[in-house]
Amino acid sequence: MITLQNVRKTYGGEVRIGPLNIEIPKAGITSLIGPNGAGKSTMLLMIGRLLKMDEGRIRVANMDIARSKSNDIAKILTILRQENHFITRLTVRQLVGFGRFPYSKGRLTKEDEAIISKYIDFFGLTDLEHRFLDELSGGQRQRAYVAMVLCQETEYVLLDEPLNNLDIARAVQMMEHLRRAADELGRTIVVVLHDINFAARYSDRICAMKNGQIAAFGTVDEIMRPDLLTDIFETRIEIIDGPYGKLAVY
Amino acid sequence: MSTHAMHEAEIGSPPPLAEPRPERNRLITVPFVLAVFAVIALGAVSLFTGVYDIWGREDGRDMFFITRVPRTIALMLTGAAMAMTGLIMHLVTRNKMVEPTTTGTTEWAGLGLLAAYLLVPGPTLVMRMTGAIVFSFVGTMIFFLFLRHVRLRSSLIVPITGMMLGAVVSAFSTFMTLRFNMSQVIENWFIGSFAPVQAGRYEHLWIIVAVTLITFLYANRLTIAGLGEDVATALGLHYHRLILLANALVAVCVGVVAAVIGNIPFLGLIVPNIVSMIRGDDLRSNLPWVCLTGMGTITLCDIVARVVIMPFEVPVSLILGTLGAAVFILILLRQRRSGRVR
Repeated sequence: MITLQNVRKTYGGEVRIGPLNIEIPKAGITSLIGPNGAGKSTMLLMIGRLLKMDEGRIRVANMDIARSKSNDIAKILTILRQENHFITRLTVRQLVGFGRFPYSKGRLTKEDEAIISKYIDFFGLTDLEHRFLDELSGGQRQRAYVAMVLCQETEYVLLDEPLNNLDIARAVQMMEHLRRAADELGRTIVVVLHDINFAARYSDRICAMKNGQIAAFGTVDEIMRPDLLTDIFETRIEIIDGPYGKLAVY
Repeated sequence: MSTHAMHEAEIGSPPPLAEPRPERNRLITVPFVLAVFAVIALGAVSLFTGVYDIWGREDGRDMFFITRVPRTIALMLTGAAMAMTGLIMHLVTRNKMVEPTTTGTTEWAGLGLLAAYLLVPGPTLVMRMTGAIVFSFVGTMIFFLFLRHVRLRSSLIVPITGMMLGAVVSAFSTFMTLRFNMSQVIENWFIGSFAPVQAGRYEHLWIIVAVTLITFLYANRLTIAGLGEDVATALGLHYHRLILLANALVAVCVGVVAAVIGNIPFLGLIVPNIVSMIRGDDLRSNLPWVCLTGMGTITLCDIVARVVIMPFEVPVSLILGTLGAAVFILILLRQRRSGRVR
């Protein structure tokens, strides 16, 4: 469980985020949605300790994020920011292997190697594992980074806009992978998504944010309501029943 | 095995564990052995290149151990140090054009030497070295902080900024030398040459072996630092401590070399780039290659420097500067073709 208590963050006196109070349950996929500047990424980065909060407390699996050792946190929680990675000339396998760092400190054991292979296969990167990252397409590279993060085998996985810069096919593929990681590997995944319909299709829960506050948090059916979404995005949004569940039309 | 098996049992039924297909970057490979032999051969050539007749003269044997052996050892250590420095800086700044010459680090080291002469009349080698190391550290830190704040990610602006910074420091050094009448110091430093190396004057270069070992121990951490602050933090590392460590390693290498030998330009640009093109950016598996290539390159350049106007010799920095400029342009053209220069 991820618990936020009265978490606040202020940027340059103008933008205020919080107080955020939320309990994100274990297992499944939780999506953070909301307009730009709503504080989705800020909240995610604070949970992932990439950004310091000004006030409040964040606990992940009963571990205080602000007080625990970084290496201990790295065994229960990991975070990946949206793709703006500098392109290093590492092979896919080397990159994914760094996911084992919190355990092996770089001395990969046989078990580590097996785990690395597992995640490379899981993300369909088997044929690419010895290719350098700068020889891959953006989508393949993104998959390699997500594979690295999952290879860390943490219970909690935070992803900031993992669908950024992916075309529809790659985006669907990525969400399918995440869905499988949640269902088959039992991970708790929190993602920032821009597309409400992706969130509705693949999440278990949605947290909608607006103006630095949590506007609503609930199951997909609870959030996919025309009045609520219209209010959050300040645009008329209708909900229709599609073949895979509820669809937002705007 | 047991912890992993337990973990799996907890989280349900994952896909079957694949066969381990380890990417063992085995160090002892045929090319590596060949490279080792090539460097040993170059070392041998270096030992027997010179005007003094070490076979014929009575004191030839002594001269061999007083000048030739120290010179060759100094070459090897310096080559490894400067190449490694370049590699670390490439990783940390995420820029292939960065090395001590293009970040102002070298100029700061020069200023550090000068400071030692100004503070203590007739400073010992250790004092000069300390001055150079401290100033390199400060200078590199300033450059890193600058990079951090302006968020320059364009690969060309970074070295240009560094060289400008270096030029400012160098101008200040020149002013001080003129003001205090010490142009000899800075001149000797500027034309890095192995000609004055002899027994009793180069031994501090052995510090480099220690730096290499530390770099090797921290190799994986430094490679992760090269993936950026976010990735490093997510993997449980302290990014800022790593940057400080990288900076310290660089400063010690540059400082020691500056005090003992002088300015050795562009080696950190040439060697790591060539290795990276072939082998990628993984520091741990590349370090032996980078050190070896650095040794070979500088020894070859020094042999050329000694032979080209025999019985005199030119400073090795001249040869390296020429070669470095050529490689610099080559990298630029390559990057432009692959569209990576923005």
